[in-house]
Amino acid sequence: MSSLPNQANVVIIGAGIVGNSMAYHLARLGWKDIVLLDKGPLPNPGGSTGHASNFIFLVDHSKEMAKFTLDSVAQYKEMGVFTQSGGIEVARTKERVDELKRRVASGKSWGIDGLHILTPAEVKNLVPFINEKIILSGFYTEGIGTVDSLRAGTIMRERAQAMGALTVFPKIEITGVDVENGRVRGVRTTQGNIKAETVIVCCGIWSPRIAKMAGASIPLTPAVHQMVSVGPIPLLAEKPGEINYPIVRDVDFNSYERQHGSDMEVGSYDHRPILMDPDDIPPIEKAALSPTEMPFTQDDFDPSMERALELMPFLGEYGVRYAINGLLSLTPDGFPILGETPEVKGLWSVSAIWIKEAPGIARAVAEWMTAGNPEIDPSGSDIARFYDHQKTWTHIRARTAEGFNKTYGIVHPREQWASNRNVRLSPYYEREKALGAVFFEAMGWERPQWYESNAKLVAEYGERVMHRRNEWDSRWWSPIINAEHLAMRERVGMVDLSAFAIFDVTGPGALAYMQKMCVAQMDVPVGRVVYTPLLNDHGGIKADLTVMRLAANQFRVVTGAFDGMRDKKWFTDHLPADGSAALADLTSAWSTIGVWGPKARDLVQSATEADMSNAAFPFGTCQWVDFGPIRALASRISYVGELGWEIYVPFEQAGRLWDTLWEAGRQFGVLPVGIGVYGTTARLEKSYRAYGNELEQEFNLVEAGMLRAVKPQDFIGKAAYLKQRSEPPAAVLCSLTVDDNTSSSGIKRAMMGREPILSLDGKPLEDKHGRCSYVTSAGSAPSLGKTVLMSYLPPDYAKLGTKLKVEYFGDHFPVTVAAVGPTPLFDPENKRMKG
Amino acid sequence: MNILVCIKRIPATGGKVSLTADEQEIDTRHLGFTVSPHEECAVEEAVRLIEANGGSSAVLTLGAEVSTEQLRDAMAMGIDRAILLETDGREWDAGSTAAAIVEAVRADGMNFDLLLFGNEAADTGDYQVGIRVAHALGLPCVTGIKSLEIKGGGAVAKREASGGWDIFEIPLPAVVTVKEGINLPRYPSFQGRLKAKKKDIARAKPQWNGNQMEKARLKIPKEQEHQVEILGNGPGAAPKAVEVFQKLGLFQK
Amino acid sequence: MIIALIEHDRGKLNESSLEMLTLGRGLGLPLHAVLIGEAARPLADRAAAFGAATVHVVQHERLAEYAPEAWAQCVVELIESLKPEAVLASGTDRGNEVMAHVAAQTRLPMAANCIEIKLGNPCVVTRARWGGSLLEEARLNGSTHLLTVAPLAVEAVESPARSPTINTVTPTLDDKVFRVRVSGRVEAGAGKISLAEARVVVGGGRGVGSAEGFKPLEELAELMGGAVGCSRAVTSLGWRPHAEQVGQTGTRIAPDLYIACGVSGATQHLIGARGSKHILAINTDADAPIVAAADYAIIGDLHEVIPALCAEVKKAMA
Repeated sequence: MSSLPNQANVVIIGAGIVGNSMAYHLARLGWKDIVLLDKGPLPNPGGSTGHASNFIFLVDHSKEMAKFTLDSVAQYKEMGVFTQSGGIEVARTKERVDELKRRVASGKSWGIDGLHILTPAEVKNLVPFINEKIILSGFYTEGIGTVDSLRAGTIMRERAQAMGALTVFPKIEITGVDVENGRVRGVRTTQGNIKAETVIVCCGIWSPRIAKMAGASIPLTPAVHQMVSVGPIPLLAEKPGEINYPIVRDVDFNSYERQHGSDMEVGSYDHRPILMDPDDIPPIEKAALSPTEMPFTQDDFDPSMERALELMPFLGEYGVRYAINGLLSLTPDGFPILGETPEVKGLWSVSAIWIKEAPGIARAVAEWMTAGNPEIDPSGSDIARFYDHQKTWTHIRARTAEGFNKTYGIVHPREQWASNRNVRLSPYYEREKALGAVFFEAMGWERPQWYESNAKLVAEYGERVMHRRNEWDSRWWSPIINAEHLAMRERVGMVDLSAFAIFDVTGPGALAYMQKMCVAQMDVPVGRVVYTPLLNDHGGIKADLTVMRLAANQFRVVTGAFDGMRDKKWFTDHLPADGSAALADLTSAWSTIGVWGPKARDLVQSATEADMSNAAFPFGTCQWVDFGPIRALASRISYVGELGWEIYVPFEQAGRLWDTLWEAGRQFGVLPVGIGVYGTTARLEKSYRAYGNELEQEFNLVEAGMLRAVKPQDFIGKAAYLKQRSEPPAAVLCSLTVDDNTSSSGIKRAMMGREPILSLDGKPLEDKHGRCSYVTSAGSAPSLGKTVLMSYLPPDYAKLGTKLKVEYFGDHFPVTVAAVGPTPLFDPENKRMKG
Repeated sequence: MNILVCIKRIPATGGKVSLTADEQEIDTRHLGFTVSPHEECAVEEAVRLIEANGGSSAVLTLGAEVSTEQLRDAMAMGIDRAILLETDGREWDAGSTAAAIVEAVRADGMNFDLLLFGNEAADTGDYQVGIRVAHALGLPCVTGIKSLEIKGGGAVAKREASGGWDIFEIPLPAVVTVKEGINLPRYPSFQGRLKAKKKDIARAKPQWNGNQMEKARLKIPKEQEHQVEILGNGPGAAPKAVEVFQKLGLFQK
Repeated sequence: MIIALIEHDRGKLNESSLEMLTLGRGLGLPLHAVLIGEAARPLADRAAAFGAATVHVVQHERLAEYAPEAWAQCVVELIESLKPEAVLASGTDRGNEVMAHVAAQTRLPMAANCIEIKLGNPCVVTRARWGGSLLEEARLNGSTHLLTVAPLAVEAVESPARSPTINTVTPTLDDKVFRVRVSGRVEAGAGKISLAEARVVVGGGRGVGSAEGFKPLEELAELMGGAVGCSRAVTSLGWRPHAEQVGQTGTRIAPDLYIACGVSGATQHLIGARGSKHILAINTDADAPIVAAADYAIIGDLHEVIPALCAEVKKAMA
């Protein structure tokens, strides 16, 4: 064994499946002088990889996770460590029967084929030892299989070594991480120090501990997943090979049965959440089995055992040969934690990753580290997504405990967290509560989704309210949203937008810096408001936001709550080294009220002496406006397509401003309007794109239909952008309307997004990059009386009037392309907004 | 026939053992619990004897409430019922443990034909609880048994002795302490677990009368410093190994 | 005074009794040895050579064969007549068994497997727990302390030879104490080397991979005139009989060389191998605990290394 070098280009900590995958992909992309360390021995250092059940189900409702998984399977296959077995999720409840149909739809959206809904008899045919009498249906995916993850790790390590790029050092423990001026400089180990400008934390359940040494946060917690191995079972031993029967997921009881040679492994996520403190994980030498194979707690497993016996009675007579409380990583939102830490430059996290997605994630992160442009957009897993409160132990514990039993759960797309609420309250919170606000959470903020005080409007608007008769469709929803929408379009509404993330960019270099960051022209007169996308170097869409030029050297950036911290890191990363521009986070200093509707000007004008006329205050501008004693910043833009302003006010004066506007609005019929309108119904009628739905790094501005004149100044991604403009798009973002919402059971249904768009003969639409068409956003459009869907369609289909289908819970609904590109369906000329 | 098996909950050590701050116990923060391997075999032997000869089996332990885990494990393997002699968790010495068992056996009312123990507990290694129980109950006792057969009104027990076997013929009722190797214990099945879970555990609280042997503290023995000499990698190291064999004089008859 | 029970089988001395005597004679009190059965009388000189000033030979026609309760009864009678400070025996199967019977009958405390003894009241001992991987400091309260001495805890060393005072006693033994006695015996297979006594042990662990995988180990053991051993994992898997298990709950071995092949080196196994004078580990993992515990190691696949070893051994012996 060679001795530990005192310098390396990059140090990877952790030689589980993740660290090995990272080493390989970095080497493949040309990185040299990579050092891989682990405190445990090889090939199984004792982390979660070593006890993983190693099976891979393909379908996930999240596109990002499904794509990581598909890529991983391709990689495992290439390495020759994948065994295809097929897999079945069985339904024991009616609700699950529907959920399985929804999963088929998600699979189609992500381009997965070989998906079948099976009858109990068909399931029995594939799994002869199942008790088909207690199941209602099964969702069979042909491409499911198992992998040898330790072998895969070894192969990838050896490949990187063969490329001359990697040296590996087991049994070396990290004792410290050196950081200088916010940048990582190296690691300290039990065998000496290594200088390195890049350090990658691939330590799974130990990642928080390593990050903490550097002053960074990787908000995950170790948690227990129970697994037992039952055998030897002669029936399973009959045929050679590790697995001959499809893996069964008993999803209604959060457990699985997976053949492993002559044994059946039964795993469960059904027990109480058992969270560990990372400091309580035993050191390797003290662990009876391995540090991540904790003593089994039988009582927790008993209910799962009973369920397993119901499903596979033959398991009862064989012995439990191995039983562990295996440790795995849980995160507050269930997504992995990837990317450079916002706290320390050069310190990367690749953590909270399962076997099924590890090589794919590693490829994406390696691409991200190399050229900044991963083929699969990892934004949902970006470590920069977290606000500070989400890095606290209280939050991590609360949300992981709540999320644990949803591992195989039926999670509604709009489902709200119950734990650790009321963390970020806007200045209007109490007023909104008094108005009967139903709060949904956005990154800790409590935002009114709708107001029960508007319930009376439902009757008022009668038929125009698009009611939902199906329980699932109406869950976490209210017809009041429709009524608020219609009332706002007739009168005037006040919307709490305090969750905006707000940054001020100042300094003599502010303009040059903003020009570099933004696609749109930033050299605009003071007082102009500019909506602009931000691109990465390769022309992928990194963000979209609005910028107000408040002074020659001052720009105020406003972005959404969900994107705020990611955007902040993107901005911060690119600040000029000479200090000529600085960024200040004013999110907690400025609160925002949106006032929109035909009566918005009347309302605002009656509360101020300033001239709010169209001539004095045209669309796309901002001005300081005095409302009595309060000086607020009004910005005349709209995400709902109505006349009005976003009014920014210091937090401590915000309550008073709300009251002022509310009082002023009484005579104009002002009503509180929730995010249900702001984020969905009104936005969709206007075909406005939302980041994370329509906009992401995998699509470009041409495809998104967001073309404007190209400014002469340089900006990040410009070259790629110009190239994109010179080529026909692979897909075009369109708005579609549902022609008939009636399902096979005769009930009108309302889609929610992520459903596959199909041709009239029921085939998925695939563009030339292999991306399938799916619904990026869906919602009611009460002003149109229709359900509106947005979707990227291959150019052949992106034509006005094209008839297509959308699959929802197994039914196909007819849809028509109603707008190609950004043309709004409602008020296409934007007269209301600009009048 | 009726059989009683006595077991004890002990930590399932595997890695490096450390002690609690007061040096009274093994630090079990990261450990699961089990019974001694000999006792696991005693449980298996009881189950097999009842399967073969009919009758009823019971398992008994002295320990804190948590020891019910081990009683249920035994019942999951096929023992019919369980008795917990509940303590506050302190360690009882062999004499007081035996006294409590004797009292429980008398109170149980069942006429046991066989009382099975492990030859010695893996943790304390006292080698005497079974024998003390036998004396108090006036029963014959054989120890270290690796083969047990019921024949007529008695039993034939074998124990290893310098490569061969010593054979004991004993009348029943008797106390037999067994060693690992008498059988290969089964793993509890799901069905066994579920059955065990539903069973009641009989409980008694024996009187604590103090230990004659008091534990002052535990110590971890000093590891002897020594160096390992790596003779080489793979088959190429064979000649060097044989040199070592010669140096150690292994080829001299 | 201390009385020390010498363990023998039909007159054949168990050598660990000499370790016990060595420890016993250093405790500051006159040391008396006890030999049970006429067959043991010739052992009196050995006992004296290791420090016993007086030897009590217990004579009874029914003591030809080992009978634990009867042996215990003999010791009890001696305790009653001699009122010793302590009774010592070896921490062997028989030593512990007889002493436990003594303890049960006299209701005295007994400490098994002591490695250090400080007489007095209380008597303070350090004893092996967990097969010796943990030590306990314990205090015994009793008129006579019943102590067994852990094998291999002290080295047997002769003391200046004296001729011992021989005292023959005849106990009163009723039928009851012969309820349990050796009634038959199966001798070890002729030519078969017992694991506990083998000079060379070739042991296999989970790394051997299968029952068939033991073939080369058997060959090597035979070549070197040794015995095959295995780890607990191997007996649990059913690859080898329990009789070959080296470990805390198997056989404690004491060969000149233990060749551990594909054995990881769990504590339970190392306890059984502790008596080995030298250990050679053959393992693919240089970081395995067995390598750390070994004197010599070959890093490599045992399936390649052992055949090469066999060939070299044959060459050397030719």
